[in-house]
Amino acid sequence: MIEIIKKTNINFMGFRNYAFTFSGILMILGIIAIIQVARGSANLGIDFAGGTEVQVKFDHSVTLQQVRHVITENAGIKDFELQDLPTVNKVLIQIKGKEDTVGQYSDKIVNALKDGFKDNTITVDSISEIGPKVGSRLRIDAMWAIIAASIGILVYVTWRFKFRFSVGATIATFHDVLAVLGLFYIMGAEINLILLSALLTIAGYSLTDTVVVFDRIRENLGLINKYSIIEIVNRSINEVFSRTIVTSLTVFLSGVSLFIFGGEILHGFATAILLGVIIGTYSSVFVATPIVLLFGGGEKIAKRK
Amino acid sequence: MQSNVKNALIWKFAILIISIVTAAIYLLPATPAYKYMPNIYKDNMPNKGLTLGLDLQGGLHLIFEVQSDKAVATTFNRMAVSLKDIITKKNIPFKDIKVEGEKLIVESTSMDVIDTVKASYPNLEANKSDSNIIFSLPNAEMARLKDGATDQALETIRNRIDAFGVSEPVIQRQGSNEIIVELPGIKDPKRAIDLIGKTAQLKFQLVNDESPVAAELPASVPVGQEDAFEATFAPKVPQDSEILFERITKPESGQTIKKPFLIKKEALLTGDLLTEARVSIDSRYNEPYVSITFNSVGAALFADVTGKYVKKRLAIILDNNVYSAPAIQEKISGGNAQITGSFSMAEAKDLAIVLRAGALPAPVKMIQNLTVGPSLGADSVVAGKMAGLGAIILVIGFMIFYYRLSGVIADLALIVNIFLLLGIMSILNATMTLPGIAGIILAIGMAVDTNVLMFERMREEVRAGKTARTAINSGYDKAFYTIIDSHVTTLITAAVLFQFGTGPIKGFAVTLSIGVTLNLFTSLIGTKSLFDLINYNKEIKNLSI
Repeated sequence: MIEIIKKTNINFMGFRNYAFTFSGILMILGIIAIIQVARGSANLGIDFAGGTEVQVKFDHSVTLQQVRHVITENAGIKDFELQDLPTVNKVLIQIKGKEDTVGQYSDKIVNALKDGFKDNTITVDSISEIGPKVGSRLRIDAMWAIIAASIGILVYVTWRFKFRFSVGATIATFHDVLAVLGLFYIMGAEINLILLSALLTIAGYSLTDTVVVFDRIRENLGLINKYSIIEIVNRSINEVFSRTIVTSLTVFLSGVSLFIFGGEILHGFATAILLGVIIGTYSSVFVATPIVLLFGGGEKIAKRK
Repeated sequence: MQSNVKNALIWKFAILIISIVTAAIYLLPATPAYKYMPNIYKDNMPNKGLTLGLDLQGGLHLIFEVQSDKAVATTFNRMAVSLKDIITKKNIPFKDIKVEGEKLIVESTSMDVIDTVKASYPNLEANKSDSNIIFSLPNAEMARLKDGATDQALETIRNRIDAFGVSEPVIQRQGSNEIIVELPGIKDPKRAIDLIGKTAQLKFQLVNDESPVAAELPASVPVGQEDAFEATFAPKVPQDSEILFERITKPESGQTIKKPFLIKKEALLTGDLLTEARVSIDSRYNEPYVSITFNSVGAALFADVTGKYVKKRLAIILDNNVYSAPAIQEKISGGNAQITGSFSMAEAKDLAIVLRAGALPAPVKMIQNLTVGPSLGADSVVAGKMAGLGAIILVIGFMIFYYRLSGVIADLALIVNIFLLLGIMSILNATMTLPGIAGIILAIGMAVDTNVLMFERMREEVRAGKTARTAINSGYDKAFYTIIDSHVTTLITAAVLFQFGTGPIKGFAVTLSIGVTLNLFTSLIGTKSLFDLINYNKEIKNLSI
């Protein structure tokens, strides 16, 4: 047998105060991110904010300064953002929330670039133009998606687990999503539709590790007369620790492949999934489980059962 | 007991093999091997394969909003023109008929007006004020009119796209006044957008050369300053006229200018009376033009108009742009006319298409345009394949390294899982998008989780000194609920994403949920059976795990 982690005997619950502090900070970050999104001051993608996005591929390399100059001079557009994509010689030009009827900026930008870089072949990779009406509709859909997913997970978890477990699982799920969102926010990364789907995926997957730990705690509760609840929890986590790591690792490996090979479109998605898997694994041990102890009222209630 | 196990095993393998074969049949058209299949196979077996989404094959996803309010205005204007005629013929005294907002106002005090109008348009409701009779449509009627405008716009757009020639376009209505258009594999997106978005209101209107204002118009106005020019000139323009521009590109310099015209507002003839529009080539200048043919009503009207206004200039106007304004030499009775202008061949072709398909009942506004170029589509396909392959190699490698023979079994299940997933996608005729590929890749990582949970249970049982068979059975039994729980929430969020997501995201939800569901199937039926099979003849001593 090859074991990444041999039989461990770590006092996981001993770290819970540090973990609560750390997780508290992450969750606050996430809540700040949500507030900023609602106020419209976060870096929203054009799918939510409305606007124009043109992705072009140059035959040979150009600097962002050159591109900026050409667009300002030839197209007469001043207020735009430029982004160098991780793929070679690709540039993303973004104008947020300007036009009611879409279709004016992209033509200007493409023509300006073709005029401005005559000795360079320019391929238009993609043009996305989202009018304010569609943008606000996507925002509303996103909100409903979050609400529906939250209710769905809540209902399932409450139905499947006893109260204290379901509280732990639910908080851990929200923790994971908030943490990833918060990290995206402080990184200044774009918050868009595809990040939202990554966040919901994280919410769905978050429970996987948590369930593994919880199931073991439930099983081991039979030993309650011999050991204290803290001992049982620690013992349970130690017993399933290796599989928690391995199940996360396999998804993490998939995410790594997506991150490396998936191209610029899936880059943000892959980043979110990788962060989500790490945070989800951490939270199943250090957030979900200590909360079970907290809400279970500690040893007394457990012993009376 | 033994024969029970045997029967169960046979059943399980039968189900597995049938699933794999079915998936293979449905997947075959997506593989290069398909073109070597005999025709009799192609004719009778599934032939669709996997459908690629717009983000992978390149194409346009557009949403247009029909300005249905304008359709009401158009209808009212048309009523006004025909009522003017009718009321004049009946010798009922009136000053003017005009349209204001959603009201038709007849400046007359004669009560006969109401009966006459109602005879032609029974839906109109009359309201009398001091010097006017005001007609309006009841709300239900207005709603029907607006609704009809969207339907009609959809039909017109469909006809245009059919004439343009796009394979497998999607054109559908969304909500009260939106039209979604999906055009896969378009090479010239700009041209397609122009073709769809053009209102294509063709009108014949007289040039107002009698007014002294006409002589004051400059020969040209710089491009982009038309609105400013119009605003400064507006006070001088007579009530019955308007300023419209012709776009002229000078052949020697290639420079474009706008030539202003003073045009009478009244449309003498409109494009809805056309039966045919074709591209022809002018033999002298070798320039394309569009020749149009009117139907019998239009031909009679055209003869009438040209007879009545000989020597005057008749402007041909499309969507408020003057195309040409030739002087009428003589009465034209054949019902044929030509639209000239400095067209390129493509422009002339597109003009003929929109004229044949007819005008949109109201202008449309593009509110979303997602264009993916064919090169990015191809890049994404490569990226998706690479990422998929990378994930498979990493995960398969890890499982064999970590779980040895059991890992091989899990990997077999994984490959079957992906294979069935693609097969089901083909059977459902679901669309594969780039996020969809991401869903498959995540499902690869999640799929082995099921086996990891079982294997870890088995390891525990082995450590506890159980025999291989007991270890396998109790490993599967004890891990079962954990596995179900860990899958259900993923399915819940996938369902939500499917419900609320846009096209590509829906693709993600589909692959992820099919992948996760199949995972239960392949591990509970597949890997378990393999273990049982290995164990069937001879009790294994050492479980390779």
